[in-house]
Amino acid sequence: MEGKPVRVVCFVNQFFGQLGGEDKAGIGPQSMDGAVGAARAVQQALGDAGTVVATIACGDNYAAEQPERAVSELLALVAAAKPDLLVAGPAFLAGRYGVACGALCAAVQAQLKIPTVTGMHPENPGVELHRRHVYVVQTGAEATRMLDEVKRLVALGLKLVRGEAPGAPAAEGYFPRGITRNVVTGASAADRATAMLLDKLAGRPFASEVPRPAFPSVPAPRLVKTLQGATIALVTDGGLVPRGNPDGIEALNATRYGAYSIEGKSSLEATQYDNPHRGYDTSWVKQDPHRLVPVDVARELEQSGAIGKLHETVYSTVGVATTLAHSARMGAEIAEQLRAAGVDAVILTST
Amino acid sequence: MTPVAVMVGANRIVQAAGIIHPLGNADLSPEDEKALRRRIVEQALQALRTEVAKPTVFTRE
Repeated sequence: MEGKPVRVVCFVNQFFGQLGGEDKAGIGPQSMDGAVGAARAVQQALGDAGTVVATIACGDNYAAEQPERAVSELLALVAAAKPDLLVAGPAFLAGRYGVACGALCAAVQAQLKIPTVTGMHPENPGVELHRRHVYVVQTGAEATRMLDEVKRLVALGLKLVRGEAPGAPAAEGYFPRGITRNVVTGASAADRATAMLLDKLAGRPFASEVPRPAFPSVPAPRLVKTLQGATIALVTDGGLVPRGNPDGIEALNATRYGAYSIEGKSSLEATQYDNPHRGYDTSWVKQDPHRLVPVDVARELEQSGAIGKLHETVYSTVGVATTLAHSARMGAEIAEQLRAAGVDAVILTST
Repeated sequence: MTPVAVMVGANRIVQAAGIIHPLGNADLSPEDEKALRRRIVEQALQALRTEVAKPTVFTRE
């Protein structure tokens, strides 16, 4: 790749592709030769290092209303231009545009094996959706400092094309992807921690090496149905499994969960269950699984009519040293299955 | 562990009977233990019908 000019394809929305404003937001994917509209800033940032061979544009509404179709059509246009790099956006604070940039980058990386880079404002919804698998460079809310920001996108993109390892997120200006990488430092952990403590005591700024995960707040839906009309499911992260642990749920750092039928059961027979959870002493819940998953009283509440129905499947995983990413994935998958089964609310018992 | 539940943003948190047996207590008689479990489940059901704007702990009644 060294010395040979890099072939770059730019992705823009209808506005930055100079096709029109909101009135043209329904326009479908199209490919234009060379650098058009905002892509000219990319060409300027590239200088002699590369050439924008095509600018691919798509209306914001077209991309937002039928994302799968839009991405597959855009993917074909990108493939046809045979680029070494895709630069999408930057989308700044434009939500539909940002989501489309992220989705296209993810698809191009996965299916065409071509590196990609995009740029967005921290509050663009495309950041949270895609920052873990796509390099999303942080930009301002509007295009006022476009060229400077595009230069950072292009610099990172060229590194990716050349197979150079990008620096840390803070150094390169992209959103953290949640990846931990070993680096060699000049000072031991004890020295660095002491220096950090001294900075803290002196009121000087310091940066932790272990950022706390950010937990996005989730709006709380209220059960609108009456309890008497509602289907309630039981879920646990306390490790209940049928004897033999058929799904092989890990004792810690779980990546799997199980769905276990309680159909026809008014209680859980201790001899039929086990518990691989290694984060607490499971003796008591093995002795009586209801101490973890209250099938007995839930069934009584169902029979007395206090609740409409007890869902016949209990979902279970092991919640100890479980990564946020796996927890979020398992939670989303379980929630999807519960919703499809018509469950109205969940009681999740946790240890 | 309710502070952890608050930290991660769980919205309705019912304080249960302990880490090693959230819905029971081996020191109680079987009848009392089941009554305890029933109270916790009933409190959880009531919590589901309660409007909350942020992570909220429902303490043991």
